[in-house]
This record gives sequence, structure tokens and C-alpha cells, in this order.
Amino acid sequence: MYNFDLVRPTSIDEAVAALGEEEAQPLGGGQTLIPTLKQRLAMPSKLVSLTAIAEMKGVCKTDDNALAIGGGTNHATVAQEAAADFPGLAHLAANIGDPAVRSRGTIGGSLANNDPSACYPAAALGTGATIKTNKREIAADDYFQGMFATALEEGEIITEVRLPIPEASNYQKFEQPASRFALVGVFVAKYADGVRVAVTGASNDGVFRWSEAEAALSSDFSAGAVDGLSTPDGSGMISDLHGSGDYRAHLVKVLTKRAVAAAS
Amino acid sequence: MPKDHGIGASTKRREDLRFLTGVGNYTDDINIHGQAYVYFLRSDVAHATINGIDTSAAETMPGVVRIFTGKDFEGVGGLPCGWQVTDKHGQPMKEPAHPVIAQGKIRHVGEIVAAVVADSLDMARDAAEAIVLDLAELPAVVDMKAAVQPGATKVHDDLDDNLCYDWGFVEENKAATDKAFEEAAHVTTLELINNRLVANPMEPRVAVGDYSKANDESTLYTTSQNPHVIRLLMGAFVLGIPEHKLRVVAPDVGGGFGTKIFHYAEEAFCTFAARQLRRAVKWTSSRSEAFMSDAHGRDHVTKIELALDADNNFTAVRTETYANMGAYLSTFAPSVPTWLHGTLMAGNYKTPLVYVNVKAVFTNTVPVDAYRGAGRPEATFQLERVIDKAARELGVDPIKLRRQNFITTFPYATPVAVEYDTGDYHATMDKMEELMDLPGFEARRKASEAKGKLRGLGINCFIEACGIAPSNLVGQLGARAGLYESATVRVNATGSISVMTGSHSHGQGHETAFPQVIAEMLGIPEDMIDIVHGDTANTPMGMGTYGSRSIAVGGSAMVRATEKIINKAKKIASHLLEASEGDIELKDGQFTVAGTDKSIAWGDVTLAAYVPHNYPLEDLEPGLEETAFYDPSNFTYPAGAYACEVELDPETGHVSIEKFVSADDFGNVINPMIVEGQVHGGIAQGIGQALLENCSYDENGQLLSASYMDYAMPRADIIPNLDSYIVDHSCQTPCTHNPLGVKGCGEAGAIGSPPTVINAIVDALQSGGHKVDHIDMPATPGRVWAAMQG
Amino acid sequence: MTKVSMTVNGKTVSGEVEGRTLLVNFLRDDLHLTGTHVGCDTSQCGACVVHVNGEAVKACTMFAAEADGAEVATIEGMANSDGSLNTIQQAFQDYHGLQCGFCTPGMVMSAAALLKENPKPSEAEVRDYLEGNICRCTGYHNIVRAIMAASGQDVPAVAAE
Repeated sequence: MYNFDLVRPTSIDEAVAALGEEEAQPLGGGQTLIPTLKQRLAMPSKLVSLTAIAEMKGVCKTDDNALAIGGGTNHATVAQEAAADFPGLAHLAANIGDPAVRSRGTIGGSLANNDPSACYPAAALGTGATIKTNKREIAADDYFQGMFATALEEGEIITEVRLPIPEASNYQKFEQPASRFALVGVFVAKYADGVRVAVTGASNDGVFRWSEAEAALSSDFSAGAVDGLSTPDGSGMISDLHGSGDYRAHLVKVLTKRAVAAAS
Repeated sequence: MPKDHGIGASTKRREDLRFLTGVGNYTDDINIHGQAYVYFLRSDVAHATINGIDTSAAETMPGVVRIFTGKDFEGVGGLPCGWQVTDKHGQPMKEPAHPVIAQGKIRHVGEIVAAVVADSLDMARDAAEAIVLDLAELPAVVDMKAAVQPGATKVHDDLDDNLCYDWGFVEENKAATDKAFEEAAHVTTLELINNRLVANPMEPRVAVGDYSKANDESTLYTTSQNPHVIRLLMGAFVLGIPEHKLRVVAPDVGGGFGTKIFHYAEEAFCTFAARQLRRAVKWTSSRSEAFMSDAHGRDHVTKIELALDADNNFTAVRTETYANMGAYLSTFAPSVPTWLHGTLMAGNYKTPLVYVNVKAVFTNTVPVDAYRGAGRPEATFQLERVIDKAARELGVDPIKLRRQNFITTFPYATPVAVEYDTGDYHATMDKMEELMDLPGFEARRKASEAKGKLRGLGINCFIEACGIAPSNLVGQLGARAGLYESATVRVNATGSISVMTGSHSHGQGHETAFPQVIAEMLGIPEDMIDIVHGDTANTPMGMGTYGSRSIAVGGSAMVRATEKIINKAKKIASHLLEASEGDIELKDGQFTVAGTDKSIAWGDVTLAAYVPHNYPLEDLEPGLEETAFYDPSNFTYPAGAYACEVELDPETGHVSIEKFVSADDFGNVINPMIVEGQVHGGIAQGIGQALLENCSYDENGQLLSASYMDYAMPRADIIPNLDSYIVDHSCQTPCTHNPLGVKGCGEAGAIGSPPTVINAIVDALQSGGHKVDHIDMPATPGRVWAAMQG
Repeated sequence: MTKVSMTVNGKTVSGEVEGRTLLVNFLRDDLHLTGTHVGCDTSQCGACVVHVNGEAVKACTMFAAEADGAEVATIEGMANSDGSLNTIQQAFQDYHGLQCGFCTPGMVMSAAALLKENPKPSEAEVRDYLEGNICRCTGYHNIVRAIMAASGQDVPAVAAE
């Protein structure tokens, strides 16, 4: 690693101020950023750790039936606290990385990084979540802008994520056998006004909504409804030593069906 | 009742106490006062000419002690190869120079281009980034068959081509073998790949070089399976340091699996630099560095043919294999696809004719050498896969086909130059069948099908040659080393014992198992005996631990030394008891005059040896310390029958192993607990090879699987459940030629399991109506799914 | 350099660290607690697992400065106060759950975190929990047995003849 200063502000305001400096970069749980720094792929002059900011931690249910999760909340906490109200999300959080990763990794960090194979982007997009930052609120549909690209501006930090609680939901992750990230992950959420289906791991453009499946499932929320759909086009899908684009496209359909069948 | 001590007891491991409390002493735990750190600037291209290296800016960076490049090693020897193979025309293999630091040319991603020594690792790495390389990139040679085409880019300019050797075995059998194929009633042919693997011991390699000006002595602390071998190779061939001025210490070693046998550039560098700088130099490999600098394993491309007569008797086997050597010859690389592979191509079968052709090829990839099993997994995989395919083609039961062709009389001289001393292949097959509950398979298959899954059963047999090896034989075969083992048994005055052994544990539990043998022989408690190993300064010249050889060869040396101890102790006892030496018996730590109640305790005899007041000084030297060097007269031949059941999800191609049974014959067993642990570990690595692991390069020689993000390691959840997994070693035909009757168990699991798994997957696919008769490893979900698409 | 203080295995310790100093480096290099190992650089192998404020954490993927004020537990603090092996450590020895020992500290720390959270885990839960701990020697079979046994559940004896 290149050297840097590490600061640990205890409030959002302090963190934002610290991030105003040249080459300063926020540090969430660090589960992706630290390995990146070890490879010397990033050269921040200052890392602003967000782990000591109490106001960015915690999970609560809002009046409009959403789950509000502080940006600095780790995966283990979400797995526990979302279990009663939003089991689909709790299940997703409980299967990110491994237990030690879940002790440190945060929802804000995951969404800010927007790894194309990460799990949380599928939940955020699949629920039509609102990403709250220190500056504004961003709809999930506007937030994800391709692999590792988001609507976040320099120095902007995710303070909270609000995910509307669906009537039923499920996340199916088919693991890449080495990294155990999603080779393909599909999040299905059923709401009164329709179904959302978000896919991670598969596309060269990062997380995306499978609109054909959404349309079909909105009129008939059953695994059988997915059967009738043609497999998504594999040509825009990631193709690597773990699977071809066509294979990933195939998995999108299989996992969508399974998510629908398992939704609760 | 299982035994509670001595040979055959599952004695708990004494070394666990330090490992479980965090006070093990691994090489990276060693720090020398004032040490500097080296960061190796490694090539990120596979093939290039080095036009220039500008270190001027880097040299001025903070903390930099010195920067070394190839120029600094011009007068220094290259890394030696320890085995010379002679090709089918009687010519020696091509043996290109293997520099410590690249000399003018880069030949693989990860090759060392420069070494920066600085006060801290971060400073060294900072400075390495300021080195400016002027490289002219060349086309990379990656595919082996393309590499041997006329006009292919050469990995080594000074060689005629990229063919290291073209080996035929047994060349005299070729015509007869070809004829047998012409006359065969049935021929089964299979082309397959044995995937390139990375050994991945959890402890990355580390080297700490130190130099003492006071006595002109160099010390290397290193993660090695064989410190004496490193001392010999590095001292004599690379750095020109005589053994008495060079000490190599391998303390606790965190796994090896073959990849810590070899002498590596980093070891030579740290030793060399410490002498130059008069300061200790430390290198700790990162995992990412390990992927591009540890020798890889396997990487064979093979066509195998099996000829059968009208009664399904095997009449001949013929193979053609391309074996990847990588860019340079690692220490024992040439032996792996030849003598450790061709000699096993008869397998457990009485096939009268076998011809093996191996073309070893240089490519712009990391050197390839022995990895757990080394040659024998490759032999077993192709043979057992082609037998399985033949059984399907002929519509015969795969167990019956194998049984029909088993060797049943011993000793048995195979057509590939080895003599199996003993074995009982029907017995292990019987045991496997019993434990596997084969009659219940159809019901289990139906249950899987009811869940929408396919279920397959895979059967496999294997034999290996281990306990390597007779020195005179391997010498004829091209080894440049002897393969004996040594032990010094030092009995202390009060009767406790220190055993200095040339074997070296990297997880095998020698500190526990070796004392069990001596305790059995002397009738004294195991905790009176300690093992000293891993340090050339206090152990006799030994060859180390690999090839499942430690108890078979190292243990035998210890037995021989202990026998000498017993002989001498009996002489002392006969003097003290005033009886004839021939009447002295040793039992339960007591020397007794046969037929009398006159006896003397072990400790009284050992004390007399060192306080020789009442002692036959005119006939016998004082002291009680003996050394033995044991050179085996043959390999040992563990064998077994394995089976597994897989469940395959036809929607995703995902395969899970639902049941696994191994029935091994290891001959006598010293510590069953340790033996079973070895088999568990080997099977996990074999399952890893079959389902997960793949070291993959792109066409430019870039390593695609360069970290655990892309190289899939077996984890706890891919191993069969406790109640569906049995490793058995109750079939025991003791080795006939070593004093313990042991065969060795370290590699069996890794040899026996890959074909077991693939045979089961093919069975599952065919049960689902898929016309798939082979799938290459690793059978990842994506590959299985693609195979199902036709 | 920043000053950090924390409690490690019940003792208050402090030191000067750079921003980039990882917790594992602080433990190994500054405190000479070399039981915590580094087996990879991508946060996967788990040889470096320690407990920070009671939770399993990969010490190679956390900065030392972030542990300022924390309670850290490492393998060196796991034995009973009389120096004897604790229940989990003893089970690892009894069931031969280790060979080379390199991954073992992380395995024991993960096992301890699991059993704290789930005192009687099923076999599947044990295997799932070990996703972030790679062992190359044992094939996991005996590690799973050791953890099941440490939780007080029935496990067949080692090396059943």
C-alpha cells in the first residue's frame, strides 16, 4: 500500500469536511478497498473511515413501510435486523462474503463501490431503493451507472439506504466458485403495484433490471410465468473463465424462477 | 481394542499444542536484527527482450539499500535441474539456463527482473515502481501443441525448438504395442487434459538470508520440505558456498504439497544479497506473488488408447502426452511426466503391453513441477477414464471390467519397468463395495431424480509408486540426487532420545508418529522421544519429505539406527548383567536375561553408556548414538479403490458430491488418525482438481487465475457430509522390502479422487440422456452446462 | 504516525502506526503476536481471523488505527487461564483438525465466533460458517468434526477402527 493518513470522524459533517481535501477517499468496511489498496491500484492521500459514525449505523422500519439502513451498517447487522420485516434482504445480507467479511463490510460501502458481482446492488435496484447521501436522495434507477460507476460525486457519502419492503421477495445467488461473489444473482421483489427483478453478476453494464420478467411476473407471479420468457441475450453478458455470457444469461432465467418460487 | 501407544495407535499430535496456541515458529515469524527487506520487481509480460533497466531514480528513493538486476548475477550460477531425462533417441533433454534474475530476456509473467533491497518492504516496493524497464515485447508461446510446430516462437533462443524431450517408454515395446492395437477386438480412445494447478500451501513461501562475517557463514531460513537438498543445490550449483559454511533451516512449514521441494530464485537471492550487503535480507511472498512464482503442477494434454480382446481383456495401452514444463526446468520437473508417470501406466492391471510417449514442452508460463501425486494422478486419470469409457462402450459393468483385468499375483513385473512387491486389488474393491452400499444406489438415484437432479456413480482404482526411491535405480533414470533417508538416534544419559532425521514435516505429524515407532521398538513411553528436523546444522544429510516417503524411507532409517542402538545397548546390558549377549532380551524398557528374573532397566543401561565406570571399554566405545542411512530396494505401491456419488443440477450444471468412499491399502499403519487425515486432505485436493481448480493463461501468457478471486480453492462446504464420507485403510498388504511394512499415504487421495469424480459426473450426465463421454477438469457448472447443450 | 491503544487478550497495549498499518501487522510486528497469520492478500483465506469487540474480523483487512479503543482477541489468548487448551483447541487436537497448523489460528477464532453465536450448530451451519477459512491440509472433515465436538454434540471417534 501507498501510505496515507487515516482519520476516523464521529459525525457525518466531520466526515464530509475531511473528504473535502484533495485525494481524500471514504473508507467503509474496507473489505474491497483494502485489497485494492494492497495491489496499489488506488493512491489516496487520506482515508476517511466511516466506521466510527454512530448516526450512520442501524436498521429501522419507516412509516411508509420501508427499511432504512444506515450507510455504515454492516452486513451481519442487516442479516439480523431485517429478518422479521424483510427476510429476502436479510437472507441476501447473510450470504455476502463470509462471517468475518460481514462483520466489517457495509451496505453503503458495497453500493458506493458497485462491484458488478456484488449482492447489494441487486437488492437496491430490485426494491427501487432510495440512496440517501449527505447531499441528496438518489433513486436506485438513477444511481447505478455501469460497472463500478454510480451517480455519487466526489466526496459524497451514502448515509442511508431506504428499501421499500415488498410483499414477497427472494435473492438467488449462484456463486462464482473462487471469489464466492455472485456469478449471477437475481433479486425478485413483489409489490402491490408490480414486480421488480434485478440481476447482478451477469452484465458487462453492471446490475440491471430484467424488464421482460418484471412484466410477466407482474401479471402472474409464478415460476411458470418465467418459463415462457426467452433467455436474455448473452452477448452483453460477462464472459470469463468461470462461465460464458450464454451461461450467465441462462442462469438469469433459472435463478429468477427459483427466486419467484422461494419468495416469501 | 485400538492400541493406545506405539505402532498402530492414534496418538494425538504433540505439535498441535504450539500450533493451537499461536506459538508455532514459521519462517515469516523469524526476524533477524537489522534485517532488510527485498521486493522483487516481476515481469507483467510473458515474453520480452530486456533492452534496458534504469534504476537510477529508484536508487535515490528513501530507505533503498541496493538494487540488483540480472547483471549482478552474471557470474552466479543458475538454478540447477535435479533430473536429466534421456529422450527416445538416446539424447539428453534440452536444459536451458535458469537465471536467478532475468538475463536479457523475460520468459514468463512473474519472472524476477530486479530486486530492490530496502529498510522496509514498503520502501522497497515504492522504489521498485521507480525502476524504468525498456522491454521489447515478443509473442508468447502458451499452447503446447502450437509451441512444437515448426516456426513457433522459441522460448529459448539458444535451443533448436521448444521441445525439451520426446520420451518413449518402453521404446522396445512400441512395435508390439502397435501390433496389439491392430489386432484388438475393441479400441477405446480418449483425449483429455490434466488441468494445471497451483499447490497453494496456506503458508506462502518465505526466505530470510543471513550472513555472519565472524565465521564467514551463511544461513538461509526457508519454507522448505528438504533443507539439505536446498543447501546442496544452492551451495554447490548457484552460489558456490561449501556446505560447512552454509546452513539451511526450515522451521515449522505451513504445508508444501510438493511446491516447497524445489530450489527457488528467491532463496538464492536472499542468501546472496545477505553476503553482499552484510545484512540479513527477508522476503515474504504475498499470495498474488505465489501464483506467479511457485512452481505449478500437472498441465498435461493426453491422448490415450486402450486395446481389448473379444473377452474384454486389456491387451495394450498407448498414450501420447504433451507435458508443460513452463519457461524453465524447475528442480525435478523432467521426472514428473516420465518416471513418475510412465511407470504407472499399467495401473492395477495385467495389460501386457504399454507404450507411453511424452513430449515435454517449453512455454512462456511459470515452471511446472511436482504437486501432490506428481505424475501418478495424471497416469491414473487417463487410465481410469479410458477404462470407464471402454466399459460404457462395451456395455459392461465398470467394476467387473476392472476386476477381470486386475493383477493378482505378486511380485509382479509390469511392462513399464517397475515391480509391484505386494497388493490385493480385489480386497480394496470388495471393501469399497461394502462401504459404498452399491445395491442402494438405484434408490438414491431415484430420490435425486425426484428432486429434478441427476445422480451418478463413479468407480476408480489406482496404484502409485512412492516411498521414493532406490538411489541406484533413480540414478539410472536420470536423477542427479540420491533418494535415501537418514536418521541419527541419540540416546541421552538418562534414557530420553533425540532423533535427528533428514525427513521434514510440513504438516504430516512426524514429531508424533516417528516416536511411536521407537517407543514400540524399545518399550519406552513415546514422550521420552523427541524429533529434531529441518536444520542442516543438526541433522544428518537427508533428502526430505515428498513422494509419500517419510515413514517408508525416513522411518526405515530410524528403525535401522534404533536397531543399532538396541544391539549396542544389549552388549552393555550383557556386561552389566554378566550374561551372554545372545541371552539378552529387550521388552517394555527392560533388558532381561532370557529365562531368568535378572533384568536391568533401559535407563540404567543408557546411564552406563555415558558414565562408563562398569563398562566393557576395551570392546565397546562409550555413548549410545547411532546413525543410519536407508536406501530402499524398491518403491512402495499403495493402491486402492475409490467411489463417489454426485448429484448434478441439470438446470445450472452444478455438481455436489453426496457420498465418497476410499478403500486404501497402505500396508502397515503407524498412526491411523494421521493416515486418515492425510487421505482426507488428498481427497479434498483431488475434488478441488476435479471440480474447482484451474490455473489458466490467456493466449498472451497472462495469468488469469492469479489470486483466490479466480483460483477456486476447496472450502468446507464442497466436502461430503460426515455421514457420507468414509476413508478406510483396513486392507493391509505390508510392503515386503522395508522394515516397517509401510507404503506411505500422503498422495493417495489426490491420485485416486479426480477420476472418481469425473467418472461419476459422466455417469450422471448419461443417466440424463446426455451423450457426454468425457468432461475436462475442472468440471465447473459452466462447463457441465455447456457439455449438456451438446 | 498515529498513536493507537487497544486491549489485546485482556492487556492494554499501544503503539505508533501509519495509516496503512493493518491490524495484522500491528499484532505480528509490533506486539510480536505471530500466531495470527497472513495467507492471502484478497481477504479470503481467513488465516488472520481475530476477534474485534467480540466479532470475527480478518485482521489483514482492517487498519490498526480502526481498532483504536477496541477489544481484540487473538489465538494467543484462547487457552484457559492455566495454560491448558480450551474446549475448541482441545477438540481440534482430539479430532485431528489441523495438520500444518498455518490456517489453524484463524480456524479456531472462527469456530469460537460461531459457537458464541450458535452454540449447537448443525453440520451444514459449520461448513457454511467456514466459508472464509481455507485449509489446504485437512480437507475440512476433521475440522468440522472438531467444531461439532466442541459444541458438545456427538461425533464419532477419530480413526474409528
